Amino acid sequence: MSGSFNLDASFAAVADPTRRAILAQLAVGEATVMDLAKPFKMTQPAISQHLKVLEEAGLIVGRIDGTRRPRRLAKAGIDAMDQWLAMLRKALERNYDRLDQVLAAMESNKDKERKTR
Amino acid sequence: MSKLTLKTEGDTHVVVTRRFAAPPEAVYRAHMEPKLVQQWMLGPEGWTMPVCINEARPGGKIRYEWTNGKGGGFYLTGEFLELKPYNKIVHVERMHLPDPTPDNHVETTFEPDGPGTLMTMRMTLPDPQTRAAMLATGMERGMEDSYVRLEKMIGNLTPASR
Repeated sequence: MSGSFNLDASFAAVADPTRRAILAQLAVGEATVMDLAKPFKMTQPAISQHLKVLEEAGLIVGRIDGTRRPRRLAKAGIDAMDQWLAMLRKALERNYDRLDQVLAAMESNKDKERKTR
Repeated sequence: MSKLTLKTEGDTHVVVTRRFAAPPEAVYRAHMEPKLVQQWMLGPEGWTMPVCINEARPGGKIRYEWTNGKGGGFYLTGEFLELKPYNKIVHVERMHLPDPTPDNHVETTFEPDGPGTLMTMRMTLPDPQTRAAMLATGMERGMEDSYVRLEKMIGNLTPASR
């Protein structure tokens, strides 16, 4: 099925941390290869290669502006970013759920101290 | 109840809020006392923090080391800028992966909220690119479990030629 092929392509596209960072950067706004090459400390051909993978996966789109070709997130890319933010939220929540347990244990220790005094 | 919020603000900030049932004193201590920090600031399942140093004074050093017990690990260093017991912690931190990431300036406040606490953590990154990279790294850690499942489902994602 062509649907499952696209899904695999977008999973493969986001399996690379540099490509995820590029997507996160494009979430801030449109950017050209040159805009992206500097902060990511990568050569323009290396960035272009990553952009090609993201484009083929349907996560970003480009437009032509004279000699520039700025890229931005496509609908699928925005959805992917939303999902990742939800996962980051979940990872943080896991830490804070543990903190709830620590706080509950501190509270019950304090009760015990009070009783023994 | 959904207690956590996470949002970006402007070009360089990330703001996290969370409510806790315990009073500010307890939540503040759980952020500062190594024996308490080591029990919860762990990330994905299976990770531990064998080293936790918090020199609780302005200019004091911070060093946290994490390991997954299978040879994987990374560490964080930082310095405290301001400490207002039970109400506010201001510090800078950077992850070593192993190259250090740009400094993340973090202001954490603990406000009374009924019998509990409202914690607000405001992170400031030096530029939008650094914020993007930080969110992508955080996602990576959050996604670890999903990737394990994904790998089992569809096999190795990277072409064998690499």
